[in-house]
Amino acid sequence: MAISKQVKDVTAACSGVESGMTLMLGGFGLCGIPECSIAELVRLGIQDVTCISNNAGVDDFGLGLLLQQRQIRKMISSYVGENDEFERQMLSGELEVDLIPQGSLAERCRAGGAGIPAFYTPAGYGTEVAAGKEVRDFNGKPHILESALTADFAFVKAWKGDASGNLIFKATARNFNPMMAMAGKITVAEVEELVPEGELDPNSVHTPGIFVQRIFQGSGYEKRIEQRTVQSR
Amino acid sequence: MLDKNGIAQRIAQEVRNGWYVNLGIGIPTLVANYIPSGMEVEFQSENGILGMGPFPMEGDEDADLINAGKQTITAMPGAAYFDSATSFAMIRGQHVQLTVLGAMEVSQNGDIANWKIPGKMVKGMGGAMDLVASAENIIVAMMHTNRAGESKLLSNCSLPLTGVACVRRVVTNLAVLDIRDGAFHLVEVAPGISVEQVVAATAGKLVVPESVPEMQIS
Repeated sequence: MAISKQVKDVTAACSGVESGMTLMLGGFGLCGIPECSIAELVRLGIQDVTCISNNAGVDDFGLGLLLQQRQIRKMISSYVGENDEFERQMLSGELEVDLIPQGSLAERCRAGGAGIPAFYTPAGYGTEVAAGKEVRDFNGKPHILESALTADFAFVKAWKGDASGNLIFKATARNFNPMMAMAGKITVAEVEELVPEGELDPNSVHTPGIFVQRIFQGSGYEKRIEQRTVQSR
Repeated sequence: MLDKNGIAQRIAQEVRNGWYVNLGIGIPTLVANYIPSGMEVEFQSENGILGMGPFPMEGDEDADLINAGKQTITAMPGAAYFDSATSFAMIRGQHVQLTVLGAMEVSQNGDIANWKIPGKMVKGMGGAMDLVASAENIIVAMMHTNRAGESKLLSNCSLPLTGVACVRRVVTNLAVLDIRDGAFHLVEVAPGISVEQVVAATAGKLVVPESVPEMQIS
C-alpha cells in the first residue's frame, strides 16, 4: 500500500516551521508560487528566516508579503527587480541578500537534493559571484566551485498531485519547484487538484512522491499575472 | 539611426535555420517578431519553455505560461516545458545556438555588465551569467550610448561584470560591431549614420575598415 503524505490543510502542512529556519520557495516571478503556504507563513509570524527563491515577489504579493512584515533576514535569489520594498531593505542593509546566477541556483538546489555536495560551473567566473570560490580549469576553461543548497522546509506548488506526493506541474509553473522539492528536509507540496490515488499516470509524474513529505489541497488561488501582454483581437 | 525594433530586425538576420535561440528581456524579445515565416527556429525561455510563441490573444492569457520577462506568452506546436535545472543544462551544455541579451556596458575584449549599479540599482543577474559563460554565440542588443549620452562601448567596463570575454557581436542603434583581438570592429552602420558618428560614440578601441556598408533593413 502506498505511503500517504496527505495532510488536512495548510496549518498542518506548515507545522514545525520556526523562526530562524532556511526555507525554499518554488516559483518564477509569481508563476508557480506556493500561495497558500506563503499566506500561512505570514500568519505564523515567524521571524529571521532565510528564503531561497528565484525572485522575491512583488510589493504586495508572493514573498513580498513576508518582506512587508520584515520576516525575512536573508534572501538567496537570482533576480529581484520587481520589488521596491525589497530594494529598499537591501540598499539600507536591513536585509541580507545573496544574488546568484539562476542556473547555479537551480543546480545548487538539485545538487542538494541529489547528494552532490558541490560542482564546478563556468557561470560567474571573473565576476563578484566568484569571490572567495575555488577556480579550476576544465578543458582549458575556468570554472568556479558552487556548493549545494538544502532547506529545513521547501514549499512547492503543483497543478495536480496525489496522496503519495506525486506531482505534475503545468506549463512554466514548473520552474524551480521540482529541484526545491528534492532539496527540502521537509517538503510541503500544495496542489490545485489533489486527485485520488491511481489517477495520475505514472508516465507523466514530474516529481515522484519520495521527495514530498506533506501534501494538501490548496484553495483560493489568485495566480496573479505580473506582466499581462496580449494581442488585441 | 535605428529604434529598438530596428535593432531587433537587424539581429533577426543573424538567425539561421534549425537554431535554438534564447532572447533576453527588452530589445532582444522583439527579435522574435522579425524571423521570416517558414524558418525553423525555436525560442528557449530559461524559465522553462522551448517553442515559445507570440503573446496570447486578449482573454487567452494563462498565469502559468510566461516567459523570463514574466510576460504572458503562448506555446507553439511542438513546444516543450521543463524545470529550471534542465533549462540551464540546455544553456550551459551549449545546446542553444544563439543568445541575444541587453547590456549596460560592453568592453573591447567582450566583457559585459548588465546586472548591477553599486549603491543604486540591484536587480540581479537572473540567468545572464549562466548564458554568457557558456554560449559561443552571444549578440548584445543595446543603445550605443546611455541616457547621459555616454558611450556604452568601452575599453573596460566600469560596472560589475556579468561575464568576461564572451560577447561576439554588438548591434546598436548606430552600428553592427564585432569584437575580436581586443577591439570593436565596425561591420555596418545604421541607415543615415556616418562612420564618424559611430567613432564619436564609441569610447573603446574601434577598428574601421576602408569601406563600411550600410545595414539592409527593409
